This record gives sequence, C-alpha cells and structure tokens, in this order.
Amino acid sequence: MIAAFITRAIMQAIPLLYGSTGEIITEKSGHLNLGTAGVMYVGGICGVIGAFMYETHTSSFNSVLAVLVPLLASIIGSAIMGLIYAVLTVTLRANQNVTGLALTTFGVGFGNFFGGSLIKLSGNTDIPSIALSDTSNAFRTSLPFADSLGVIGKLFFSYSFLAYGAIIIAFVTTFYFNRTRSGLHLRAVGESPATADADGINVGAYKYGATIIGSVIAGLGGLYYVMDYANGVWSNDGFGDRGWLAIALVIFAIWRPNIGIIGSFVFGGLFIIHNYIPGLSMGAQEIFKMAPYVVTILVLVIVSTRKKRENLPPASLGLSYFREDR
Amino acid sequence: MKNKTGKVHEPLFHIVKRSALPFWKSWLFRILSLLAALVVCGIVIVTVTAENPLAMYKTMFEGAFGTARRRWSLLQDMAMLLCISLAVTPAFKMKFWNIGAEGQVLIGGLATAACMILFGEKLSPAVLYPLMAVTSILAGALWAVIPAVFKAKWNTNETLFTLMMNYIAIQLLSYFSYVWSNPKGSGKIGIINASSGAGWLPYIGNNKYLFNILVVLALTVFMYIYLKYSKHGYELSVVGESENTAKYIGINVKKVIIRTMLLSGAICGIAGLLLVAGANHTVSSNAADGRGFTAIMVSWLAKFNPAYMILTSLLLVFFDKGATEISTAFSLNDSFSEIISGIIIFFIIGSEFFINYEIKFREKEGAHVKAQKPAAPGPEIASESGKDGDSK
Repeated sequence: MIAAFITRAIMQAIPLLYGSTGEIITEKSGHLNLGTAGVMYVGGICGVIGAFMYETHTSSFNSVLAVLVPLLASIIGSAIMGLIYAVLTVTLRANQNVTGLALTTFGVGFGNFFGGSLIKLSGNTDIPSIALSDTSNAFRTSLPFADSLGVIGKLFFSYSFLAYGAIIIAFVTTFYFNRTRSGLHLRAVGESPATADADGINVGAYKYGATIIGSVIAGLGGLYYVMDYANGVWSNDGFGDRGWLAIALVIFAIWRPNIGIIGSFVFGGLFIIHNYIPGLSMGAQEIFKMAPYVVTILVLVIVSTRKKRENLPPASLGLSYFREDR
Repeated sequence: MKNKTGKVHEPLFHIVKRSALPFWKSWLFRILSLLAALVVCGIVIVTVTAENPLAMYKTMFEGAFGTARRRWSLLQDMAMLLCISLAVTPAFKMKFWNIGAEGQVLIGGLATAACMILFGEKLSPAVLYPLMAVTSILAGALWAVIPAVFKAKWNTNETLFTLMMNYIAIQLLSYFSYVWSNPKGSGKIGIINASSGAGWLPYIGNNKYLFNILVVLALTVFMYIYLKYSKHGYELSVVGESENTAKYIGINVKKVIIRTMLLSGAICGIAGLLLVAGANHTVSSNAADGRGFTAIMVSWLAKFNPAYMILTSLLLVFFDKGATEISTAFSLNDSFSEIISGIIIFFIIGSEFFINYEIKFREKEGAHVKAQKPAAPGPEIASESGKDGDSK
C-alpha cells in the first residue's frame, strides 16, 4: 500500500515538476508567467490533437511515430503560447500579470474547446469519445526489467520515459544555471536587466529564449498528464489546477529545479493523501485537499521572513525592461 | 559596432516613450485594436464553423441581447463582474496584485449561505439581512487582510499568497457543501430556504436582478469618488507609483496596504452576498466562475477607472454570452467563449504599447550622413512612423 502510494504520488508529481521547472526558467529571466496553467493545457491538448490525427489517419500503427507526433505537436503548441507571452511582455512591455491571466483564460479555453469538440470538428462522428489508448500505451512503455525487480522495480523503474525526462530536465536546468556561462547571463538578466545590457548581454534574446523554452517544458507536463496519468483520455478540466500548483512549487523549491524534484514528490503526496487515510468522511477529505496550498503559504511566509539572499526571487521579477528608462 | 567606413551602425528603428497622447487618439488605438481582434476572431470562427463571420457576429448579438430575459442576465453578469472589478481596483492601483478575489468572493458567499441556513427561518428579516451583510463583508475582508498583513510586515509575495488563499476557500466551501448538503450526502447545497425564501434579497418589480444591479451601481459611484477625490484614494495611488515617495511624504505604507485590502476584500464579500442571496440562492465552489481573474483584466483594461469599467465589463460579458450562443448553435464546446475573450484581451493588451511608446524608424541614408548626430527625426516623420507601428 505504501509502495502504491509512493508510485501514485510520483505520477502526480511529474506534471508539477515539468510545470515548475519551466516556470523557474522563465522567472529566472525576470518574467512571472501566470499563464503556465494555460500553457500546460495547450501542451496537453496539442498532444491529444497530434495523437488523434495520427491514430485516425494511419493504417499501420508505429509506436515510435505515435510518440513523436504528439510530442512534436505538444512542443509546437506550448512554444507558440510562450511566444505570445514573450511578444506581449518583452517586446510590447505589457503587464505580466494581466498577460499571464489572459494566457491562462485562453489556454484553458483552448484545451477544453478542442477536447470537447475535436470529434465534431473532425467530422468523424461515429467515434464516441477521445480515448487514445494505443498512443497512451506507446507513451507508457516502461523499462523491460521493472517487473522482475519486485518492489524496487515498482518504486524506481516502473515509470515512462517522460517521467524520467522530467527529473533529467530538472537536473540539467540546475547545472545550466550554476555551471554555465549562458546560465549566469540568464540569471543576470533576471536580477538586473540594465546591468546585463550594459555588459553586452542580449537581454531580449535571453528573455524570449527563457520564456519559450520554459513554456515548452511546462507543456510537456500537460502531455504527461494526458498520455500517462489519464491513459490517453482527455476530460475537460481534468487537469484541474495543477498549473497553479506548479507555480506554487516554484516558491516551495526557492527557484531551484533540483529542490523542485523533492518538492514535487511532496506535493504529489499531499495531493492524493486523502485517498490513503482510512476512515475519512467525504467532507474531511475536502479539508485534506487543502494541504498543498497551506504548505505553500507556510513556505512563502518562512522564505520571506528569513530573507536569505540566495533564497529570494529574481530581483526584477514582474518588471518589464525598457532600456531608455532610468 | 562599427562597419568598414567607421560609421556608427544605427538600428532600423528604436522605441521612445510618448509624453502623452491626446485622449481621442489613445481611444482610437484601442478601438483599432478591438477591430483587429474582431477580424482575427472572425477568422477563427470561420475556420471552426465554416460559416459567414458576419452572420456569426449577428448570432453573438442575438445571444447577448436577443430577448428581455437575456438582457437581464447580461446585466446581472455584468454587475457581478463589475462589482468584483471594483473590489480589486484599489489594491491594484496600489500595485498589490490581489488575484485572490475568487476566494474572497467565495468566502463571502459561504458566510451568506451559512447565515441563511442557520438563522434563515429563526430570525426576523430585520435582523437577518444586516447579519448576512455584516458576516459576508467580514469574511471577505478577513480573507483579503491575511496576505496584506504579511505583505506589509515581511513583503511576502502577495500574488502567490492570495492565489493559494483561493484554493483554501474552495476546499472550505467543498467541506461545508458536505456538512449542509441537501439532499443529504449529495455534496451540494441545494436551493436554500426554497419554500420560505428567507434571506433572499428582495425582488424589485418582480425582477430578481434589479436589486443587485442597483447595489453595484452605487458601489461604482462610491469607488469613483473614493479613488478620485478622497485622501485614501490619493494615498494608495502614491504608494502604487512609488513606495519611497510615499514614505518620504509621511504616508504610513503598511497602514495603507492593510486598509486598502480590507476594503478590497469587503467589496468581494458584498459580491459573494449578491451572488448567493440575490441570484443563485445556493453556493458551490464554482459560484464565482473565474470572475476573480477576469475582474483583473476588466480593471486593467479600464485603466483603473470605475466609469470605464462599466464599458470593459460589458465588452467581456458580451463576448462571453455571444460566444456561448455560437457554441450552442453549432453544438460546440462552450469554452469557445474563453478563446474569443483571450484573443480580444491579447489585442487590447498589445495596443497599450502603441499608446505608451512610439516607434521611430532610421532616417534615410543621405539624411543620416548630413546630420551625423544621434537621430532626432522631425515631427512629421515621427507621426508617420507612429501610424506604421500601429498597423502591425
């Protein structure tokens, strides 16, 4: 039962980890993208659209293509979302909070609209609902020796490639921030764009890059959710508020993707703990569902009261940069 | 960067902040951006439904204004959105990003529902109504003041704090939905006091929504005066412009933050009261229906001016209703309206750039050589390029 709890918690954690790693990259460039929730929906639904097109148009099902087509569709969809945000907030210097909320409205609407209308739009009305079980099976291919290793295999090796991908991306991002020249430049842009600009760093390019790459990574979280967690079945609003929880996780991780890995496991556990405590009434379960949010508030308060410099958010977070401003 | 001849390379264009644009011109930009948005929405509608876009806009119009019933429902939705927008505006003007209006409204609504359920049939209306009003206002204010205190004391990030408070409110509401569920165990609070109507806000001339609309209208006038003519309104706009200036001229910034958020939360509480007692007569976790977030866009699009907010909330509610009508007519998913609203907001947000900044293009080669100094294009070139920038 504990092994089952941990594997379920980790499956819950992966979308959050993708979302928070993507959001950390964007925030390091000084942009608070509240559109992450919408981006994750778009990442998910674009994968669904890609898979749906592939499954309905192909005669011979190829697992490699079945993974690549939705993956590519998802990446393109989230990159476009990132691009919209970057054009509005970097080039047009629009208010980041308003743009982010509009992006979330748009993205969630986009996801639910195509999720609910894809069948009707494709004109192929004899399909009852979108259940991409073949594609989902291709996505969920796990390591072949996982079953033979008992509990250890279940705990560590039973996940799909996207789950390991999330952890690898988080480690790579940490390495990038701390050990590469370009990562240093990105952090400089987020701390003080004017200083970075004076040093000859192309501020706009870094902001665009960070926003778009961050969106793509966040979008993969949506793809993982649909294809792995939900077995290829899209249900409207099924993804729920995980996008916002991912933004909360950024704070929990104090802007460090490697801490985000552990943080996401904790959040994943808190997210489902109400199912594993025996004897809870329906009402009490609702109280337990508060846990991730309460914990986030506690972390937020503790971080802000202690004011350790390395734990604070990027200094220019939320402000747009205009070279001629003084 | 120097090229072969040693001349300084000048970029194709650069961007300058405008001093001030005449009133009519800035609105011209906004209207142009709205038209551009409508064209893009038209393209989206055509690709999705393969219908004549003009006919579709007619359908939208029908959906929003077609019958008396629809007009009242439009007015009610508009009033609720406007009420929450009014609530977030003072905080917003202070640059306090309260995205927790959703939760503050829900908690206000929950407090109202609690009064109606517990005391509805025990107290006389003369006691019940004030009790409902006071508890909902207090509940909303409490929900808003917690993040404000932390912001004032430790500069805790308010955007994320208020966001988290939303979910706590939602879960609290779900909990009470089980406690007070009707029928038992359904997890839903059905219509409260369905037979007696105790605690329902009065119908004016048989109209369910008129009372709400009048309350919101009064709040709009109040907020307009509060922001424009009161000392509080002045103080909060100074804090929003520059906290250091505010400290320098002796404004107690912490006090202003806490006071403004109390007001913001209190109005959200009123919105909850109106939603529960004046319209739905029940409460559920989606009672606020995302308005807490939409309200931020309404307020920002209106430049924090309560009078313009009437227009911007009408605009967003109109598109919401209209796009819902389209999705019903074509049996599409009703999230279509969110896509349309999203596109329109993107365009209006984008247009602000052209109101605040001006794009100046590089002068012709010859002129540049002759001038040989930092570009200072003549006024006629500047105004030309401004127009060019807008058409993109």
